[in-house]
Amino acid sequence: MELFNPNANIPFMRWRRISMSVSIVLLLVSLVLLFTRGLDLALDFTGGTLVEVESAEVLDTAKVRAAMEKVGFEGIAVQSIGGAREVAMRLPPTISGLSMREQQTQTAEEVRRALAAEGMVVIIKRSEFVGPQVGKELAEDGAVAVIFVLLTIMLYVALRFEWRFGLAGIAGEVHDIIITLGFLSAIGLSFDLTVLAGLLTVAGYSINDKVVVFDRVREIFRSARKLGAEETINKAINNTLSRTLITGITTFFALLSLYFFGGPVVEGFAITVIFGIVIGTLSSIFFCNPILLWMGVSKADLAQVKKEDPQLALLP
Amino acid sequence: MFDFPKWKLGLVVVLVLLAALYTLPNIYLPQPSLLIAPNRDKVIDEAFQGRVEGTLKGKEIAYFNVERGDNRLSVRFHDADVQLRAAEALRDDLKDDYTVALNLASTVPGWLAAIGGKPLTLGLDLQGGIHFLMEVDQQSARHKLEERYVSEIYQLLRADKIAYKSVTRTADGLLINLVSPADRSKAVPLLTEKAPDLMVTEVPGGEGASAMARIRPEKVAAAQKSTIDQNITTLYNRVSALAISEPIIQQQGQTRIIVQLPGVQDPTVAMKILGSTATLEYRAVNENANPVEAATSGKIPPDSKLYYNKDGQPVLLKKEVIATGDQLVDATSGMDSQSGTPMVSVRLDSAGGRSMLDFTSENVGRRMGVVYIERVPEIRMVDGKEVRTFKETQEVINDAVIRGVFSNQFQTTGLESSEQANNLALLLRAGSLAAPVDIIEERVIGPSLGQETIDAGIRALMIGAIAIVIFVMLYYKLVGVVTVIGLAVNMLLLIAILSALGATLTMPGIAGIVLTLGMAVDANVLIAERIREEVRAGNSPMAALRAGYEKAWATILDANLTHVFASLAMFAFGSGPIRGFAITMFVGILTSMFSAVTVTQLIMALIYGRQRKVQSISV
Repeated sequence: MELFNPNANIPFMRWRRISMSVSIVLLLVSLVLLFTRGLDLALDFTGGTLVEVESAEVLDTAKVRAAMEKVGFEGIAVQSIGGAREVAMRLPPTISGLSMREQQTQTAEEVRRALAAEGMVVIIKRSEFVGPQVGKELAEDGAVAVIFVLLTIMLYVALRFEWRFGLAGIAGEVHDIIITLGFLSAIGLSFDLTVLAGLLTVAGYSINDKVVVFDRVREIFRSARKLGAEETINKAINNTLSRTLITGITTFFALLSLYFFGGPVVEGFAITVIFGIVIGTLSSIFFCNPILLWMGVSKADLAQVKKEDPQLALLP
Repeated sequence: MFDFPKWKLGLVVVLVLLAALYTLPNIYLPQPSLLIAPNRDKVIDEAFQGRVEGTLKGKEIAYFNVERGDNRLSVRFHDADVQLRAAEALRDDLKDDYTVALNLASTVPGWLAAIGGKPLTLGLDLQGGIHFLMEVDQQSARHKLEERYVSEIYQLLRADKIAYKSVTRTADGLLINLVSPADRSKAVPLLTEKAPDLMVTEVPGGEGASAMARIRPEKVAAAQKSTIDQNITTLYNRVSALAISEPIIQQQGQTRIIVQLPGVQDPTVAMKILGSTATLEYRAVNENANPVEAATSGKIPPDSKLYYNKDGQPVLLKKEVIATGDQLVDATSGMDSQSGTPMVSVRLDSAGGRSMLDFTSENVGRRMGVVYIERVPEIRMVDGKEVRTFKETQEVINDAVIRGVFSNQFQTTGLESSEQANNLALLLRAGSLAAPVDIIEERVIGPSLGQETIDAGIRALMIGAIAIVIFVMLYYKLVGVVTVIGLAVNMLLLIAILSALGATLTMPGIAGIVLTLGMAVDANVLIAERIREEVRAGNSPMAALRAGYEKAWATILDANLTHVFASLAMFAFGSGPIRGFAITMFVGILTSMFSAVTVTQLIMALIYGRQRKVQSISV
């Protein structure tokens, strides 16, 4: 079975001005979203308490909120999750009047008792308390992780191929990450540790794609005699198109399965990676390569020193 | 001919078999069980076992496989619901004398366990349990340390009869104000010699009579470390005593401790661990009054307090406390050489030692009582509402005649058994936690959520795998089939390695496995596409096959290495579940590379390598 015509020669690079413009627009929109709306940081990063309760009967969120107010938690965000019998609530990082030690041992129990006092019998499904300082550290560590990944990848690509590829690769990565973050901001996805892991996975996957294309570009540059940069890149993309799309499809199957069947814990992760992969694949074709061209990559940059003829190498 | 060296073939076969072997333990699902351990000095014997079984039968709770050993009783059940009902029933019956702990008992057969086969450890999000991150309050640890040196300085100056005005704690160290410069010139060398942990220098000004003592930084660092170590050991012992299976208690960073208690759903259990303290108080016995009279009449002399010893007999002790648990530096259990009975050997700090010395040197021949005080936090129902209180038990464990003079090191006997001595020593050390701890992160996962998560994870894995398998086989035909076999081997290897490593599987870890599946195909896709290309370019089938593998290898390597960087970053900077994900990804990449290239090559060699002339590659 062949889904794609192997001898196709779609002139991808001809559309580079359009594709670059689209990319830049998306980048700007994402940046604006990030600076205005921002990311919905989960309590992993902000600190605070999350309590999930489940009851045998239907829970009315208004009643729950009132019950919490009675014990001193004002204005708590109470949310119904997965059916009317389950409710999640988020309590701010510092509850005034209680020392940190008093606070943390009481939270889930406190909630349960407060609700029981108002006649709502619940069991605690899950409770999480993250001190504000831990939250901050996780956020910082997360940011460092992303930067670390980007830098090491850039270095690796620059060494394996050539510095222009390194730059193009990193530009593509940054492009992918920013647009994915913009997307997350737009849909208001709760940004927790698993979503961060998703982001790092996107970074890993998208560079994977780019490296495959770069690899082919290098091969064609070295083998083909008279092809100019633009045709070379076009050819490389066309040759790898089949592989890119098939791998994309299989990874998609995995992710869609996670999204639909994996339950709430990995939903955020699945969405992030799905979007990230789509953007990553597109940017491999439409963003990185135009940058390569623009930087003036040519055959000479990738010329291999012929080792089997040391005499020749000595000749001027 | 498509060669494949025999040794490589052998290696692959061996690896696959090993993988199958180490994946096997995962089939043996653990059974919910209860572990019953005695508090204090109760004994687990046949009578007790009969009692437990009787309780369970009475409530019609089905159980099987009751095992008695190691002074513990373990009972297994068919599922978690029955386990919980049994726990309730037994806790109601046994009350405080025993601890009933939920446990997952392994069912892995002995021979498999002997070679290191174990099933995957489930993370808290899959098993349910409690996770704490505690921060040790180093500030108060430091204060305590400084206080101890302050009192030591006082003692040394007094012993040498050097007059002083004050010794105070300041931000720079311990400021010693002496009376005159002459005193100072005596004090500094004295302290330098007798208190080697301190660096004593003269302070200019202040009438030439001040000195500053600073604790050596190595000492401070050592004290900090030992604070954490001590806390960890204490917590560990306590948790073991509570029979919680596989707890994790580790230091994290400079000042933190992680505590993970899988299978514990009841936060009150955790509170008990953290909140209980036990301490000793040494008081003089009131020899002048009759305790029995005082107890019956209610007339207690004003300078005394009434206690009861473990036999229920009243004892009158003076209110003044000679030494307390706060002054305890160490407590170890052992056997008293003179009486051959269990004892706890106690060491006090210099202040406590001093008091003890003062008292015993004036009171040889008189009696001294030791009060054992235990505070356990608990939640009780009062008027239908829950009230959090401390339950305090005070018991005189020993009142004996002082035979000789001692200061800071001595034994306390009067304990019933070595076990009680051990427990007391443990609790005493715990009572003297070097520094208070604050919980800065706490996560409780209910068991039902854990089960749901596992089910969802496995479901996603199955469905994703099936979709990928069908697609790949349709698209790449025989090579596709070979790819799928490679994938199967990949999964086997992955799970075997994770199981044998004892890595913890979390939900992100399962996501990692699913993702590895999706991306593992990539390497094979690269190879397959390459083979197709070579065939199209007109190469002979065998040449195409060989070239496909060769040329794809460089790309596979590059691509997978970048993934490795991403997972390393996640491992280094992530925590908990993210680490689980990173490990799964990392191992997954390695196993993918191996299966995709070596294993599939082997299979291809087996299929095509034997034929004389290969007509075509089915791809």
